Amino acid sequence: MNAEPQKPRSGRYDAGVMKYKDMGYFDLDYLPKDTDVLAVFRITPQDGVDAEEAAAAVAGESSTATWTVVWTDRLTASEKYRAKCYRVDPVPGADNQYFAYIAYDLDLFEENSIVNLSASVIGNVFGFKPLKALRLEDMRLPIAYVKTYAGPPTGIVVERERLDKFGRPLLGATVKPKLGLSGRNYGRVVYEALKGGLDFTKDDENINSQSFMHWRDRFLYCMEAVNRAQAMTGEIKGTYLNVSAGDMEQIYERAEFAKQLGSTIIMIDLVIGYSAIQSISRWCRRNDMILHLHRAGHSTYTRQKSHGVSFRVIAKWMRLAGVDHIHAGTVVGKLEGDPATTRGYYDICREAFNPQALQHGLFFDQDWGGLRRVMPVASGGIHAGQMHQLLHHLGEDCVLQFGGGTIGHPMGIAAGATANRVALEAMILARNEGRDYLAEGPAILAAAARGCTPLAQALEVWKDVTFNYTSTDSPDFVPSVSVA
Amino acid sequence: MRLTQGTFSFLPDLTDAQIGAQVAYCLRNGWAVNLEFADDPHPRNTYWEMWGQPMFDLKDPAAVMYELAACRKVHGGRAYIRLSAFDATAGWESLRLSFITDRPAEEPGFGLERQEAGGRNIRYTARSYAANKPVGERY
Repeated sequence: MNAEPQKPRSGRYDAGVMKYKDMGYFDLDYLPKDTDVLAVFRITPQDGVDAEEAAAAVAGESSTATWTVVWTDRLTASEKYRAKCYRVDPVPGADNQYFAYIAYDLDLFEENSIVNLSASVIGNVFGFKPLKALRLEDMRLPIAYVKTYAGPPTGIVVERERLDKFGRPLLGATVKPKLGLSGRNYGRVVYEALKGGLDFTKDDENINSQSFMHWRDRFLYCMEAVNRAQAMTGEIKGTYLNVSAGDMEQIYERAEFAKQLGSTIIMIDLVIGYSAIQSISRWCRRNDMILHLHRAGHSTYTRQKSHGVSFRVIAKWMRLAGVDHIHAGTVVGKLEGDPATTRGYYDICREAFNPQALQHGLFFDQDWGGLRRVMPVASGGIHAGQMHQLLHHLGEDCVLQFGGGTIGHPMGIAAGATANRVALEAMILARNEGRDYLAEGPAILAAAARGCTPLAQALEVWKDVTFNYTSTDSPDFVPSVSVA
Repeated sequence: MRLTQGTFSFLPDLTDAQIGAQVAYCLRNGWAVNLEFADDPHPRNTYWEMWGQPMFDLKDPAAVMYELAACRKVHGGRAYIRLSAFDATAGWESLRLSFITDRPAEEPGFGLERQEAGGRNIRYTARSYAANKPVGERY
């Protein structure tokens, strides 16, 4: 894609411009090493730009290359530091889109730094003119690299042990309305929801310290609510206190106060940045605190298939960076989430090893090397009547968050919470008994509702609520039956 | 009050047939089943008394139901009894299910004590009314 050199070149390091393909960034015979970091990009070249040259340019611009030859390459073991595009495939069913597989030597990356990993792989190349669009679809992180991270401070198993809750999804709710409540009124919602049967309540992503409710006030009233609900039920309860703030000093100050008040869990937003996330993760590990991550802002770059970074990559980075909870989609709720793609995200969070599964968007095997498991969180437009579908799609190691589906209950917040808890326990009981709970779901819920008026009312109010829209982000591969 | 620890506390108390079905589920998964009892229901009271050893390598839920009946003979109505299932798979090595099978006849609940401290801080202590009495006189 670069202009052809003006005069014939006699050597690789003559001054001037060369094709990226010829500069060492493209080698279809290259066999990736077990220690290489691998990335697969979806590239959409500009009209007239050769796909292989575009792929080589992505490899070059995300590693050592600049637009022209530099002699200072010769002061380095440049062959090693050049990323290599080793495979280019057309995207099935798409025009002029290609999957470019690129291998990076392990030495290109600093240990234990998502900032360095992301600055390398997505830092510069996404604005590259010869490409119309570019998307980082997936990454394979070699186990040697994975082991430089401490990962989630708590993880699914220890979180369950600490909360004494086993064998079912945890239940949560985001306090609504998300803006405007005073600390005292906010705590009322927390108390009612926890007393009614939820395990957690949650601050929303933009609840920080506005004039209507300063953070200390919120924390104090919320912990009164948590402790009172614990005494009323004899069960461990928690509320995700959002410690996100304008600078790291304030984030630590808020986290310290949450600890001092005896909170089991704090929360951060993705927009605080990767360094801040790794810092607060380290703090959580030191203080036995569960860390909830709200993926605020992610849809700006994860949703469209042509350009951006897939959420499966963000999920991988966050498991490395060390969060205990991450919002990962509901499938049936109000927010984007194709079932197969969402399954891929959940597997990234929860499995010790991810085998390649193109039908779920997983392009590579991924060994997590004993890194703890992240609890995926399903939040946004879900209600008790979908319990069988939620359990089917999401499994039992997740948090189901019913915000409107708790607080909007006609008999009140506690009734809404009870409806969700009864629906969940009835569904788990049926599943364990070996029943076909997906097919029999409505009947199981109806039977449970006969002994639980709040559930009967919840089923009636939200019976017709579904969000059936086409997903924008779905896998490019579908399994097909073949005769071997 | 009704103590809502455990997987099924919001449902009506399980019948023996329902408990047996849950045990069968645990055995199908290869989990060891354990019975425990306690007269202090505090949510941070982690170590309930074990009714014998966890039952590894069981094939038949009937053995668990037999032990549950024996445990009930001694503690039924005077303590909580819970059934839990332990998964020794690498990376889990923890409980996968835990639910209350039996409750004392009365559940007096918890009092919440507040100690006011500086900066509007409050130190909270939940106390089970039952556990204020000596062991053996609680329920």
